[in-house]
Amino acid sequence: MAFYVVQFLTGLASAASLFLVASGLSIIFGVTRIVNFAHGAFYMIGAYIAFTLTERLSGTFGFWGGIVIAALAVAVIGVIVEMVLLRRIYHAPELFQLLATFGLTLMVEDLVVLIWGPDDLVGRRAPGFKGAIDFFGQNIPSYDLFLIVLSPVVLGILWLLFQRTRWGVLVRAATQDRDMVAALGVNQKWLFTSVFAVGVFLAALGGALQIPRDAVHHAMDLRIIVEVFVVVVIGGLGSIIGAFVAAVLVSELNAFGILIFPKISIILVFLVMAAVLIVRPWGLFGKPEAPARKTPGLTVNPWRPLTSNERLAALAALVIAATLPLFAGNYALTVGSEIAISVIFAVSLHFLMSVGGLASFGHAAYFGLGAYGVAFLAKMAGLPMIVCLLLGPLLGCMGAAVFGFFAVQLSGVYFAMLTLAFAQIVWSIAFQWVSVTGGDNGILGVWPASWAASPSHFYWLSLGVAALVTIALRAMVFSPFGYALRATRDSLLRSEAVGINAKSIQWTAFVIAGTTAGIGGALFAYLKGSVFPDNLGISLSVDALVMVLLGGVETVSGAVIGAIVYKALNIWLVSQTDLSKLVLGGFIVLIVVVFPKGIVGMLEMLAQRRRKASPPGSPLLAKPIESAE
Amino acid sequence: MRAKNYFVGAAFALLASGMAHSALAEDIKIGEINSYSLLPAFTEPYRKGWQLAVEEINAAGGINGKKLIVVSKDDGGKPADAQTAANELVSSEGVAMLTGTFLSNIGLAVSDFANQKKVFFLAAEPLTDAITWSKGNKYTFRLRPSNYMQAAMLVEAASKLPAKRWATIAPNYEYGQSAVAVFKKLMSEKRPDIQWVDEQWPPQGKIDAGPVVQAVAAANPEAILNVTFGADLVKLVREGNTRGLFKGREVVSFLTGEPEYLDPLKEETPEGWIVTGYPWYSIKTPEHDAFLKAYQARYNDYPRLGSIVGYQTIKSAAAILAKANSTDPEKLITAAEGLSMPSPLGEITFRKIDHQSTLGAYVGKTALKDGKGVMVDSSYKKGADYLPSDSEVEKLRPKD
Repeated sequence: MAFYVVQFLTGLASAASLFLVASGLSIIFGVTRIVNFAHGAFYMIGAYIAFTLTERLSGTFGFWGGIVIAALAVAVIGVIVEMVLLRRIYHAPELFQLLATFGLTLMVEDLVVLIWGPDDLVGRRAPGFKGAIDFFGQNIPSYDLFLIVLSPVVLGILWLLFQRTRWGVLVRAATQDRDMVAALGVNQKWLFTSVFAVGVFLAALGGALQIPRDAVHHAMDLRIIVEVFVVVVIGGLGSIIGAFVAAVLVSELNAFGILIFPKISIILVFLVMAAVLIVRPWGLFGKPEAPARKTPGLTVNPWRPLTSNERLAALAALVIAATLPLFAGNYALTVGSEIAISVIFAVSLHFLMSVGGLASFGHAAYFGLGAYGVAFLAKMAGLPMIVCLLLGPLLGCMGAAVFGFFAVQLSGVYFAMLTLAFAQIVWSIAFQWVSVTGGDNGILGVWPASWAASPSHFYWLSLGVAALVTIALRAMVFSPFGYALRATRDSLLRSEAVGINAKSIQWTAFVIAGTTAGIGGALFAYLKGSVFPDNLGISLSVDALVMVLLGGVETVSGAVIGAIVYKALNIWLVSQTDLSKLVLGGFIVLIVVVFPKGIVGMLEMLAQRRRKASPPGSPLLAKPIESAE
Repeated sequence: MRAKNYFVGAAFALLASGMAHSALAEDIKIGEINSYSLLPAFTEPYRKGWQLAVEEINAAGGINGKKLIVVSKDDGGKPADAQTAANELVSSEGVAMLTGTFLSNIGLAVSDFANQKKVFFLAAEPLTDAITWSKGNKYTFRLRPSNYMQAAMLVEAASKLPAKRWATIAPNYEYGQSAVAVFKKLMSEKRPDIQWVDEQWPPQGKIDAGPVVQAVAAANPEAILNVTFGADLVKLVREGNTRGLFKGREVVSFLTGEPEYLDPLKEETPEGWIVTGYPWYSIKTPEHDAFLKAYQARYNDYPRLGSIVGYQTIKSAAAILAKANSTDPEKLITAAEGLSMPSPLGEITFRKIDHQSTLGAYVGKTALKDGKGVMVDSSYKKGADYLPSDSEVEKLRPKD
């Protein structure tokens, strides 16, 4: 019996660390609607700075002082980031801030290694909390007890802050209705900055408090960021109590789950999230979001098909791309194939995100399923390449059909997180089912048939498929189905009022996007000759999001440009410099500031301005730039 | 749409300009791939090791008079990116062979690439048995002692312990799974009386150490096998120390004696664990002394195991290239099979039968000395003594 009590307390201690970080994220999201990917980075910097301070400052005061100072210092960094970077892009399309914070995260991962070196750092134990307390023969670390007490105290302080101060009232009001708060004359700028500072402080405090029990290293951020998002979503966005309950729920399920299924940890949080979201679409303590008052951004520049001149230009460009094998070497061609496959992957997500308004955080699942589909067919059934390419993506299609059905019942970030949960479930199956998928060692030897084996042939194949996919998806945007889908994106209520079955339209779009991603995955399997669980992983899903956002989420096919720029730059930087993450992150941050509508979105805006400025007699002048989508 | 292809053009112009510089005809290039950005704690010393080897080789006149150049690429910890890098090295850098890699799945991906493109590949670090056995191919060789060999070394010591109730803690991925599987198999062969009372599989890099330690303690084992390393090991040791998990229990642990993983533990180092590792401070052989002196003179730092692996990878590659006196992959294979050469840890041989080198490892016990973790009572275990018989290996490895 004593064992179960101790295991329960241990779970509570784990929950405490999760809660501190999650509460900060929840507050930031609730008010600013920023999906703060950099929250893990702030957590990590908090730990690093606290490590340095606690090593330098001596004594009890030195230790605790170091922790608090570290958290405050990181909060200051957060304020600077908010004022210099995020303030510029609050009016950018939804999720664009994700791109900025993603760029920051990349930079921080390289910076901490540059500053603190590559070794894992192990900090001091907390003075006064070094030992353990005996509980009927079981030991409970006293630091765990400290954390168990600390987290309700923090919860209480936050509750008081939100319920009993004017600032808290404003924050709660902004969480419910930002526009109304602004209309009432509240200075949103400072409200956002202060909220961001508090959120970052909590993240850094959470990181600093890990010093006595963890090692400080450069991958801490990724280890926690996804789990924290999950906790926030299970609890309900913007709900601090929800975050607390969710942290306890997840930690306790893990603590007791491993007693029965020792391998459960790898997937547990995602299973819980999927289950919670299917039953309660807004999380445990969340409230349904009021229908958003859409900014008119999407209607200012209505989408239209390409004119015949533009079509000719696009065709000419495609022909030029197809001549690449005449002058480029094998390596350039293989990179070209990889970029073409990225284009397929990015346009498939773009279709879902831009046309359907459904941002998926787990799109790699369908890409990877397509790849695994090919690998199964080629290795187990021994089918020829052309058959595998045609049938492999069906696995992506089936996955999308099943998961899409549940996912489209939700919207916004909840939709995104449910897709993430499904992707992680698929990933963990590929990772764990060693006898079928080979686990993390993957499936090897999926090489193309001789007709496609040469780099130039494979390049033509990938380029051809990428062009076909892009054209098909564009055609779909301007078909009745596309109009219906855009109607559900722009106003769910009105679209239903005119007789559109929104859920079934969205589900169809999800399946189309998933199948298309599967086509990309199928080609990818042959390009690499092997399939790994990585092909379904979070980082690939994030790559897809970045490509779409970089291109411009409000454009018809900006993802094409986003994919080419991001992928080419990524491959080139990794090959040329050891600090590729720092440079790539810096580049992304720069793009975010210079092109707040994405690269193509910005070009379109410039074209529009120029058209308005130019005298009506010379429309020819505007054409070439206008075509840049 | 038109702009799209301007970008394609620009991207390729960029790539093409990067390829323009070509080496002089008399240089020999080796392509090297590793997870520099993902695992700097291991790969930084590793890089220093191979750079030292390159300098030594060129100072001694290169390879049959030709200068050796190593072109190094980062794989970011992703198999797909490692293949892109391998392709660049082979197609546009024109390297004579590929070397490197740390993670098992990346080693396997590059090995499969090498097999497909008919390129010689010397895997430095990946431990998976599959790379030389079940998924072995004629183009792939491996330097480090495999999972099987390290397990066999540990079993030799562990089977002498009186403990009968064993629990295992291992990261939940291929390395952890196969380490536990081999250890259990070899151990149960030697000691049929042993019971396996609990197993814990925390996700790699994400251990929730408190509950794991409690769960193992609840099974009340007499001995524990640990396979976690890096930050997970730190958390496990800290929780285990505080909660008294290791008190009165024997612990056998993979890799923990390597400076990369032992040094961060500082005063929290648990004492008396039976580990594999690299006690650079207590190895007193002329070949190691020479290496140690050169390394410390060059970097003003002590070597980690990664330094040895990096150093010996390039030394081995150079020896193979020198003997083949050619960059033809088939000739390199012929030269490498059965080739013996000196290493800082004594002479090693690349076996003809499975392309595994006979580099060994040190087995010893952890101890605390002046607030730092060290390995004591350590002895070198030759790799050749811990491999299965030839007939068994033949069954494990597919025919070329």
